[in-house]
Amino acid sequence: MLAQSVGLLDIIVVLAYLLLVMYLGVVGYLRTKSATDYLIAGRQTHPFVMAMSYGATFISTSAIVGFGGVAGLFGMSVLWLTVCNIFVGIFIAFVFLAPRARRMGHHLDAHTFPELLARRYESRFIQIFAGAIIFLFIPLYAAAVLIGGSVFVATSFGISYETALLVFSVIIAAYVVVGGLKGVMYSDALQGSIMFVGMFALLIFCYVKLGGITEAHEKLTALAPLVPGKLQAIGHRGWTAMPAFGWGDVKYNLWWMVISTITLGVGIGVLAQPQLVVRFMTVRSKRELNRATLIGGVFIIVMTGVAFTVGALSNAYFADHGAELSGRVVKTLDEGKGLAVLQIMKPDEQGVWRDVPEKTAPVKLSGNGGSQPGADGQTVAIQKGRSISVVYAGGSADEIIPTYITSAMPKWFGLLFLLTLLSAAMSTLSSQFHTVGTSIGRDVYEQVTGQHGSSANITRVGIIIGIVYAVVISFYARESTFIARATAVFFGLCASAFLPAFLGGLYWKRMTRAGAIWSMFVGFLVTTLWLVFIKDKEASTIGLCSKLFGKTSLLLDKPNWSEVDPLIVALPISILAAVIVSLVTTPPSREHIKKCFE
Amino acid sequence: MLGIEDKGVVAAYLLCIFSAGLCVIYGLLNWNRGDEPVEPDDVKWVAEEKKVEEKF
Repeated sequence: MLAQSVGLLDIIVVLAYLLLVMYLGVVGYLRTKSATDYLIAGRQTHPFVMAMSYGATFISTSAIVGFGGVAGLFGMSVLWLTVCNIFVGIFIAFVFLAPRARRMGHHLDAHTFPELLARRYESRFIQIFAGAIIFLFIPLYAAAVLIGGSVFVATSFGISYETALLVFSVIIAAYVVVGGLKGVMYSDALQGSIMFVGMFALLIFCYVKLGGITEAHEKLTALAPLVPGKLQAIGHRGWTAMPAFGWGDVKYNLWWMVISTITLGVGIGVLAQPQLVVRFMTVRSKRELNRATLIGGVFIIVMTGVAFTVGALSNAYFADHGAELSGRVVKTLDEGKGLAVLQIMKPDEQGVWRDVPEKTAPVKLSGNGGSQPGADGQTVAIQKGRSISVVYAGGSADEIIPTYITSAMPKWFGLLFLLTLLSAAMSTLSSQFHTVGTSIGRDVYEQVTGQHGSSANITRVGIIIGIVYAVVISFYARESTFIARATAVFFGLCASAFLPAFLGGLYWKRMTRAGAIWSMFVGFLVTTLWLVFIKDKEASTIGLCSKLFGKTSLLLDKPNWSEVDPLIVALPISILAAVIVSLVTTPPSREHIKKCFE
Repeated sequence: MLGIEDKGVVAAYLLCIFSAGLCVIYGLLNWNRGDEPVEPDDVKWVAEEKKVEEKF
C-alpha cells in the first residue's frame, strides 16, 4: 500500500514536481507570450494548448475525486453527467456559445463575465451584483477542489486530513504569489497531458484487473444485493443500474438526486461558469474553437468517463481483492453468490471475539474463520468477507477514489496519479482565484467607486480573503459527498442566476436590461431560498430551517421535493422573468444592439 | 450489452461515446474553417487584457 511504503524519496519526487511546475509557470510567463499576444501577432495559440487549458481548468479533483466517489457510491448512472459534460460543456459551448461570446466580448471590451453582461445590457448594477455573487460563492467551489486534493494527499501519505489541507493550502498560496495566476497556458497543457495519460492508464488497469470489460460489468452487476439498506430504500438498485424512477415516494429520492442535482445542476451550469466564459475571449478565431472541440471532447470523456466508470467498478475490485473483514453473518443476502451482511467482530486481549459496536458490512464471503471463543463462553462461527468501496473508504464517498488508487494500483502509479490530480486541482484553483480577484476588484470595487484601473490592492486582498474562506470551509466540511454537492450548488446557482441573461444576451436582441436584472435576481433568490428551506441535504447543513421550523426541510413530508435540485425550479422561473420583463420594457437602442452583434 | 442490463446505463455509456465522436467529427470537418482577420476591437481588447493581467 502506498501509505505504508512512502518514504523520503517519494516526498522528494512530489516536491520536485511541484517546484518544476512553479518554475515552468514563472519562466513560461517571462519568456512565452500569452494567448492574447498570439492573437495580435497573427499566430494562434495551438488549439491543443487552448483545449487542454480549458479542460484542466474545468476538470479537477472535484470531478475525479468528488464525482468519482459519488459514482463509487451510487453507480454508473452518474455517467449521464459525462454525457452532459461532453455534449453541453464542450460541443454546445465551443460550437455555439464561444464564438458569439468572443465576438461580443471583443466589441464590448469585456474582460470578465459580469462585465460582459453589464456591457451588453448597459448596466453597472449587473456587474456589481454578478461580481458579488461570484465573489461570495466561488470559494465554495474552490473548497470542493481543495478538499479533493487534501483527501488524496492524506490517504496517499497516511497523514491527517488537516495536515494535508494545510500543506496544500500553503502550496496554492505560494503558487498564486509567484505568479501562477497569469494564465500560463503552457504549463496547463503539460498538466492536462499528464492527466490524460494517467486516467487512460487507470481505466486499462481497472478493466484488466477485473478480467475484461464485459466481465467487469457483470461482476459489478452481480454485487447488487450488497447495496446498503439505507440506499436501497431511496432507490439504489445496483451499481450498473439506474435508480428507481418515479414521484411521490422516498424510494425515488436517489433518482432525483442523481439526475436533477448531479447531472442537470452541473451539466447545465457549466455554460454559465464565469472562469470558463472568459477563456472564450482569448482565442484568435472560430477556427481555434473548432479544433479545440475535437480535443476537448476526447479529453472530457477520458477524464470524467474514466473517473465515474472506475469509481463504480471499484466496488467489484474491493469485493474480490479488498482486505478481508471478519465477523458473524447476521443476514444472508444471496446464498448462491455468497453475499451476506457481517457483524464485524474482533478478538479482545483474551482472544474472546466480540462485536465491534455499530459496525456491519455487506460482504462477499471469502472464507471460514472457524469456530472461535465468544462472549459468555459460547463459540461463534466467524466468517470472512470482502466488502464494497464505501466501507473501505471509511464511510465517505469523497475517499473512495483515493482509497481505490492506493489499494489497487502499483505504488509508482499511485504517485503519478497523485501528481496528476494535484495538477488538475492547481489549474482549477488558479482560475477560480483569478476570478475571485477580478470579481471583487474589477466588477465590484471599480464599478462601485467609479475608479477604473485602481483595484490592484483590492484584488490582492480579495484573493487572500478568498483563499482563507475556501480553506476554512474545507476544514469544517467533512460530510461524505461534500465535494460533489458544493460543486453542484455553485454550478446550479450560476445557471439559474446567469444563464438566461447570458444566452439571452448572445441570441435575443429584444432582451432588455430590466429583463436581465430581474432574471438574475429571481434566479439567485429562488436558488438561495430553495437551498435554505427545501433541499434537505443543504438545508440541514445550513440549519436555519431546523431552527425556525423544527424540520430540516419544509417539504420533507412531500417526496420527492426535498431532493429536487434548485435549478429545476429556479431556472424556468428565471427564464420566465427574463422573457416577460423584457417584453414589457423598452428595448435597447438599435445602435447599441448593432455594436453588440456586429 | 457489455455486461450491463439496465437500458438507462447502457444509453449513458453509448451517448458518452457518441458525444465525444460528434466532437471529433465536427473538429475534423472544421479543422481549417473559421479563420477571421484581426480587427481593431481585437487589438483594443488585448491591450486592456494585458492591463487586467498585470494586477496578478
